[in-house]
Amino acid sequence: MIKRSIFSNRFLPYILILPQILVTATFFYWPALQGLMQSMMLSDPFGLHNRFVWFDNFIQLFRDPLYLQSVATTLIFSASTAFVSISTGLFLATLANRALKAKAVIRTFLIWPYAVAPAISGVLWLFLLHPSYGVVSLAIKRWFGTDWNPVLNGTDALLMVIMASAWKQISYNFVFFMAGLQAIPHSLIEAAAMDGASPFRRFWAIIIPMLSPTLFFVTVMNIIFAFFETFGVIHTVTQGGPGGATNILVYKVYQDGFIGLNLGSSAAQSIVLMSLIIFITVMQFKYVERRVQYTG
Amino acid sequence: MVERTPILDMLTYVFLMVGIVIVGFPIIYALIAATHTIETVSMVPMPLIPSDQFWVNMQAAWNKGDLGTQLMNSFIMASGITFGKICVSLLGAFSIVYFDYRLRTVAFVTVFCTLMLPVEVRILPTYEMAANLFGPMQIVWDFLRLDGIIAWFIGHDIQVKLDLSLLDSYTGLILPLVASATCTFLFRQFFLTIPEELCEAAKIDGASAMTFFRKIILPLSKTNIAALVVIEFVYGWNQYLWPLLITTNPKMTTAVIGLQNLIPQADDLPFWNEAMAAALIVMLPPILVVLLMQRWFVKGLVEREK
Repeated sequence: MIKRSIFSNRFLPYILILPQILVTATFFYWPALQGLMQSMMLSDPFGLHNRFVWFDNFIQLFRDPLYLQSVATTLIFSASTAFVSISTGLFLATLANRALKAKAVIRTFLIWPYAVAPAISGVLWLFLLHPSYGVVSLAIKRWFGTDWNPVLNGTDALLMVIMASAWKQISYNFVFFMAGLQAIPHSLIEAAAMDGASPFRRFWAIIIPMLSPTLFFVTVMNIIFAFFETFGVIHTVTQGGPGGATNILVYKVYQDGFIGLNLGSSAAQSIVLMSLIIFITVMQFKYVERRVQYTG
Repeated sequence: MVERTPILDMLTYVFLMVGIVIVGFPIIYALIAATHTIETVSMVPMPLIPSDQFWVNMQAAWNKGDLGTQLMNSFIMASGITFGKICVSLLGAFSIVYFDYRLRTVAFVTVFCTLMLPVEVRILPTYEMAANLFGPMQIVWDFLRLDGIIAWFIGHDIQVKLDLSLLDSYTGLILPLVASATCTFLFRQFFLTIPEELCEAAKIDGASAMTFFRKIILPLSKTNIAALVVIEFVYGWNQYLWPLLITTNPKMTTAVIGLQNLIPQADDLPFWNEAMAAALIVMLPPILVVLLMQRWFVKGLVEREK
């Protein structure tokens, strides 16, 4: 799309767009291309010779039980993180939308965790759930009578990183749901109330369907968050352990590439992740296009 | 609300209070922990009444973690990313919307394709790129065998190594994160809503493209810029993977990364009071930015993702 009334200048537009193109080419396209090449190369342990092996790295990857385990962990991790943070965010936003007084104060108290870095959120929750000092882990031990040790037990560790990641994301979801709720025409709610629908009925029959675009969008963003931005949580809290129980895909790329120096495999993993995110973006756009037509 | 529902209203407030407390609990607990001595903080359970060691712990954390330097690094990185991103995207979007040139669509698609590609999926090659910014040129150089040609000209052997490393530098921390399709896209969407008449009027008055940009586009974009400042500052401050890779010198690392050195490991004395004090210091600046600029933040967050 372009304006009807435009400026004509031969060089200026190129100069204006140049910084963006340069940075994008240097730090997006070139690395992506390199990654693609590397993913089809096999280098010897000293990095002196590279051999072109076509898709061997990818085939190896999907035969590797550790990688498949990491895929499973990532799926469980991101689904749980998204579910916990979205449901809590939606619940709090619905309540906050019902509240008549002190709306601004409530919002203030609920949005600030957005600014906490995932890594710091991880540190806070590590302290809360620490096997010897954590107050929440003490409560779990007392009330449920189960043993709780995220340092040794893989399930506990996974639960801990899910909590740390979901907590940080609640306020993000809250902001979107608040905006979505405020955009629902009040007349709809009133009409339903006139017909005798209870507040709960209205929630399921009107608010949820009206909110579905927001819900869809927030789900996509939460999954992307859980896939990539939780790197900080994993790195500070568990480092992928114990026994690979929290080794999500993005952490495995880092581990295999920077610590294990298995460049071919790491590059192949990057390419898999990249394809995934391109797929998500395309889906998102198809959907956004639809919504534009719907509202316009 | 529509009808009178006193019980439900009361429940709403009760649940809201519970929610706020649960959401705030990690921070409240960290605050309390930061006021205790190491003896009381490692009691099980830790007493929930604040003690008086807050400033002592703050100081200890500040010195141990070298937080002064690291906070400065974080600040430079976050502001650099914010400023760079906004400048680059404003100019880029202006070029795409207000000019018609042959490569316009190409430029737009090029930028747009990177919309959601986070740095996490291409870490290794991007790192190699940052380690030597002239890497691609070196390949071209070697491919063309320019070494040989020059050697033939000047009569003795010569080897040219093109090398420019961004590791352990502010440029390296900032530059790779400056390209942002989201910001460009947001500004493009916004520019498209600016009435055509403004541009026409400016042109009739004889304004050049840059005058129009300075006098009309910039003032109109003020709220959008404010919103993006909040979001990008928080984004920059909270970056983790990139600074972790690109800095090895503790003097160049950011506060969020440096925090890890203060977390007690299994064999250390459990200095959780200092770790929590440090965590509070490091998370304070972005929280302040979000709370003080709340109105723009909410607007920016919601509009950015459209």
